[in-house]
Amino acid sequence: MDTAPPPAAARHVVEISGISKVFAPSGQGARPVEALLDIDLSIDAGAFISLIGPSGCGKSTLLRIVGDLTAPTTGTVTVNGKPAPQARRDRDYGMVFQAPILFDWRSVQANVELPLEINGTSKAERGRRAADHLALVELSDFANHYPWQLSGGMQQRVAIARALALDPAILLMDEPFGALDEMTRERMNMELLKIWERTETTVLFVTHSIAEAVFLSTRVVVMSARPGRIASVVDIDLPRERTTETRESEAYFHLVTVVREALRGDEATHPPGSSDSRRVAAEGLSG
Amino acid sequence: MGRIRDWGPPVLLLIGFLVIWEVTVRAFQIQQFILPSPIAIAVAWQTYLPELVDAASYTFLEILGGMVIGSTAGIAIGALTARYRSMQDSLMPFAVAASSVPILAFAPLFNNWFGLDSQLSKAMIAAALCFFPVMINTVRGLTNVDPATLELFRSLAASETQVFKKLRVPNALPYVFTALRLAATLATIGAVVGEYFAAPRASLGQYIATYSAFLNFERSWAAIVFACAIGIGLYLLVAIVEWLTMPWARSRREWS
Repeated sequence: MDTAPPPAAARHVVEISGISKVFAPSGQGARPVEALLDIDLSIDAGAFISLIGPSGCGKSTLLRIVGDLTAPTTGTVTVNGKPAPQARRDRDYGMVFQAPILFDWRSVQANVELPLEINGTSKAERGRRAADHLALVELSDFANHYPWQLSGGMQQRVAIARALALDPAILLMDEPFGALDEMTRERMNMELLKIWERTETTVLFVTHSIAEAVFLSTRVVVMSARPGRIASVVDIDLPRERTTETRESEAYFHLVTVVREALRGDEATHPPGSSDSRRVAAEGLSG
Repeated sequence: MGRIRDWGPPVLLLIGFLVIWEVTVRAFQIQQFILPSPIAIAVAWQTYLPELVDAASYTFLEILGGMVIGSTAGIAIGALTARYRSMQDSLMPFAVAASSVPILAFAPLFNNWFGLDSQLSKAMIAAALCFFPVMINTVRGLTNVDPATLELFRSLAASETQVFKKLRVPNALPYVFTALRLAATLATIGAVVGEYFAAPRASLGQYIATYSAFLNFERSWAAIVFACAIGIGLYLLVAIVEWLTMPWARSRREWS
């Protein structure tokens, strides 16, 4: 397999084509669920792509298919020119889930070293690289603490440092800040942007917050439910450097409205008052 | 560990308990063959110390041997069972059923199988008592792994061996140590009760049984104190090993 980077114009880190996912019926009389239908998406190197949509739109499922944690029913995912299962075996992914999933029996430093242990990196090199990544998430002072001694936001930063430990081709993040309070979440957004800038990594980010999606992304992919498909793609043409002022700029509010309307377009296809459409509307207001 | 605030209250409680016991026995003039007073027991303990030490060391070997045999077998079979789904499905129901069987009821049979007077037969009773809880907890600890952690290991393309060493084993440690603490107590019960049925005179079980029959209860009680000390000692030993093996759990969980 050719792993040399293709010419810049065509440098897609991830190529998703014709992905559908049907879940087998659960229980008697139930019908199979079409979680995803015919998804096509290309992700450029260095891009920050958010997947947003109502619950049941399959955004997490899509992320899991990209990461080869779930197999698609049809279609292919290519990462760095390789099929997803090969990319996973080559450890091209860094994954961050909603829960930090840190191990109680490992210090913060040892948690970050885990991926390096698994790929057989030497002890000295492990220590050096874990220290680098802890510095990146500004937790160097906590290297010898245990995870349960840290706050939720700090734990999630450890999880991010661990995900970056192998310098992955793409960072897959599944609602990583969903369990955090609003203030912490906004601070984590800033931190993540800094990390993204410094590592120049590619990010695929699942969220249900419009504000978060617009603030972080170079491109927001709006999905609709039943069956899950891409409703529209919104390019976020805000300046690359984003600050607290960005959240208060007119361009930002405009893009939030565009994404909100794209989500509401999805509502039109649902009966009014259905739980999903209400959820989206409520999110739109708070966004 | 080591702070007066931690071990002060239980020590005070113990002293208080002994004082009430002594006072009650004297006040109500309870007969020696019903309940000897703590001081009477202490006197007997001191008087017969050499023969008690002989008996206790004989029994201690059975307890320790039984605990080591039963726990080692429990961990080994448990690890195998956790590894193979088919073994889990076929073996676990029996293990769970067996752990609620009164294994002590088999003590006379064990004496038949492994020799009436031998230490091995008592060690085997102790081992049989230890085996099931250790095996069951080993299986639980190795298999009760958060599916999300398995997914993380999958995303890192970890091998089965790595999942076992870096995830399942550390996850199982608290389960196994819980079972080992129980095993310390069970092994002591198994050996002493096994000796009630058949054993040389110089064993704790026979010592207790003999002097109970002669209505010389202070001497029985003195031997019981030894048996308790062995059981508690082994329990503490397990707790110390646990404390050393799991440094991450030290400051968070009270070790008790």
